[in-house]
Amino acid sequence: SSSSLLNRLQLDDDLDVETRDLFVTVDDPKKHVCTMETYITYRVTTKTTRAEFDLPEYSVRRRYQDFDWLRNKLEESQPTHLIPPLPEKFVVKGVVDRFSEEFVETRRKALDKFLKRITDHPVLSFNEHFNVFLTAKDLNAYKKQGMALLSKMGESVKYVTGGYKLRTRPLEFAAIGDYLDTFSLKLGTIDRIAQRIIKEQLEYLVELREYGPVYSTWGGLEVELSEPLEGVSACIGNCCTALEELSEDMTEDFLPVLREYILYAESMKNVLKKRDQVQAEYEAKLEAVALRKEDRPKVPTDVEKCQDRVECFNADLKADMERWQNNKRQDFRQLLMGMADKNIQYYEKCLTAWESIIPLLQDKPETK
Amino acid sequence: MEDCLAKKMEITVSEAEKRTGRNAMNIQETYTAYLIETRAVESQSEGQCAPVDSLWRRYSEFELLRNYLSVTYPHIVVPPLPEKRADFVWHKLSADNMDPDFVERRRIGLENFLLRVASHPVLCQDKIFYAFLTQEGGWKEMVNETGFQLKADSRLKALNATFRVKNPDKRFTELKHYSDELQSVISHLLRVRARVADRLYGVYKVHGNYGRVFSEWSAIEKEMGDGLQSAGHHMDVYAASIDDILEEEEHYADQLKEYLFYAEALRAVCRKHELMQYDLEMAAQDLTSKKQQCEELATGTVRTFSLKGMTSKLFGQETPEQREAKIKVLEEQIQEGEEQLKSKNLEGRDFVKSAWADIERFKEQKNHDLKEALISYAVMQISMCKKGIQVWTNAKECFSKM
Repeated sequence: SSSSLLNRLQLDDDLDVETRDLFVTVDDPKKHVCTMETYITYRVTTKTTRAEFDLPEYSVRRRYQDFDWLRNKLEESQPTHLIPPLPEKFVVKGVVDRFSEEFVETRRKALDKFLKRITDHPVLSFNEHFNVFLTAKDLNAYKKQGMALLSKMGESVKYVTGGYKLRTRPLEFAAIGDYLDTFSLKLGTIDRIAQRIIKEQLEYLVELREYGPVYSTWGGLEVELSEPLEGVSACIGNCCTALEELSEDMTEDFLPVLREYILYAESMKNVLKKRDQVQAEYEAKLEAVALRKEDRPKVPTDVEKCQDRVECFNADLKADMERWQNNKRQDFRQLLMGMADKNIQYYEKCLTAWESIIPLLQDKPETK
Repeated sequence: MEDCLAKKMEITVSEAEKRTGRNAMNIQETYTAYLIETRAVESQSEGQCAPVDSLWRRYSEFELLRNYLSVTYPHIVVPPLPEKRADFVWHKLSADNMDPDFVERRRIGLENFLLRVASHPVLCQDKIFYAFLTQEGGWKEMVNETGFQLKADSRLKALNATFRVKNPDKRFTELKHYSDELQSVISHLLRVRARVADRLYGVYKVHGNYGRVFSEWSAIEKEMGDGLQSAGHHMDVYAASIDDILEEEEHYADQLKEYLFYAEALRAVCRKHELMQYDLEMAAQDLTSKKQQCEELATGTVRTFSLKGMTSKLFGQETPEQREAKIKVLEEQIQEGEEQLKSKNLEGRDFVKSAWADIERFKEQKNHDLKEALISYAVMQISMCKKGIQVWTNAKECFSKM
């Protein structure tokens, strides 16, 4: 039902629920064991009223490879736009268990976020590759066809990548570049701090695990103090559990999102570079024309096309940057509030444990 | 507690001062002196306070006092002194005896020691103790004049007794076992606690780094900037809060340490019993063998091997007069021995009775004090959790405004 689907969605503050006509969810990971390999597929569910889709509902199974293919296709076909990042492709085998519940769940959340970001994008969500990704029963067959289909938008123009060097980046894009540089740096620092905290917490946990049982041993020696000491031991045990949960949550929910944004910033810097090259090509061609010193003031069509490309690129990029800034703000607000929440929950669990043993400690033997 | 000194007199160790002086070997040394202030407790009079008397004592004098009390009252579980050197430290605390934090905690420990002695029904009546509190000059000489050092049992003698005693009171054997275990478990607890404190310190302090990076990040942000900046401030508060938390925990550690050292005092009483019992057994054994010797001489039968017996066989029997003389000596010794045995028996029973009474008193005190300590520890943890919730709630509020 659409209401349950709504409950699972993260709602964009700007968009009213009613104006949305496309909903995508990633869930239900399943392990597939084949002769050649073992891999995980995820269910991708789509609900839509858009005319571009033949049916109102779709449910397909996709693996990471498919998401990676989609992202590459989007980068190729929509080079003027910022494409959301995917969770890291390669994991060191032996160090990380690719099939552990935690890893799969973390990945699922990231893939879900990836598709939702595309869904929310006014241009990317209409991309035909995206459409096929969501709907095709056999994606591999489509992949093999390559770039056979022409898009309705007519944007299968290949952007020239070679040769042109831009002299100076325009101020507003230079500012974006500087911002992204500092932003990546700060996120990197936060990532390191978060990792360090988790490490310190785990070392603290090791000591706590030895600490609690000593109270229990002591309780075994005593008569009247036996229950109070056992109580303290159990209490410390509860705090250990709470701490373990906090560290796990931070590892699974906090760190991956940080890393995603670092990847995002990297890919955005690449888009800025591409924009520079398009502008450089235009300026070079314009110079060449100027040097030819033709009488006709009319600008040749290919130079005009270049100018169009630059203007389109700049417009798309600026629009995407604004959207990105807004989403980033919401994402980080949620991420950091989540971090605060997890810490609050940890302390609340510990508080409950310690408060509950106070009556036990104060208990007078006569009352027994 | 009925008529103990603590009720009649206010005792505090109010100050500590670094001093330099020449010691017994005329070598310059630095030491800390502690100011003991005493004041008679007046019953609700017109708000007039009795004058405060004070004198300075150093740690070695406290040690002398305690040694005197241990030897003079071997049936009492004598309160322990705070540690001589800083032990069970975690990285922040200095192991240096001159460190102000250590000196401060020692001051508190010494005051606690004096209050313990002053509240003890037997110890508080001791004149040497009273003089320690009130008489600055000549106190050391007074203690030495008691000749208590002569009464002290050698450690070797005590160790010997432990191994050879045949019939110690089972309760004391169990108690000694308990005090060994108690010492072991509290040591372990204190060691791990110090490590736990160390790690916790690390966790809190690393959060301080968030403060800096949030501040730097906020500089490049427009709408998010304020929220980040103010959240960063709360992270700094969080990181700083651990110092006070861990300092408070040191008081809990000190309470545990007192009972760690009390275990030693408990063991000392058990050892004294073993020694007395061993002495008794040796005296009884000696008496039995003398009686046997006497019997043999009287009846002429030699049941036990003795060198005298052998020599007399080789060199001829003694004259009846010689034998009579020997028997007489033995009979005297036997009578002496029997009297001694009687008094030793009585001493032993008295010791067991009074020691056990003090042990029961001690047990109740221990259970009460440790329960209080655990409660205060739980309260500390609760306070720490509440502070944590507060800081993160504040930070969350700042994040929500991003």
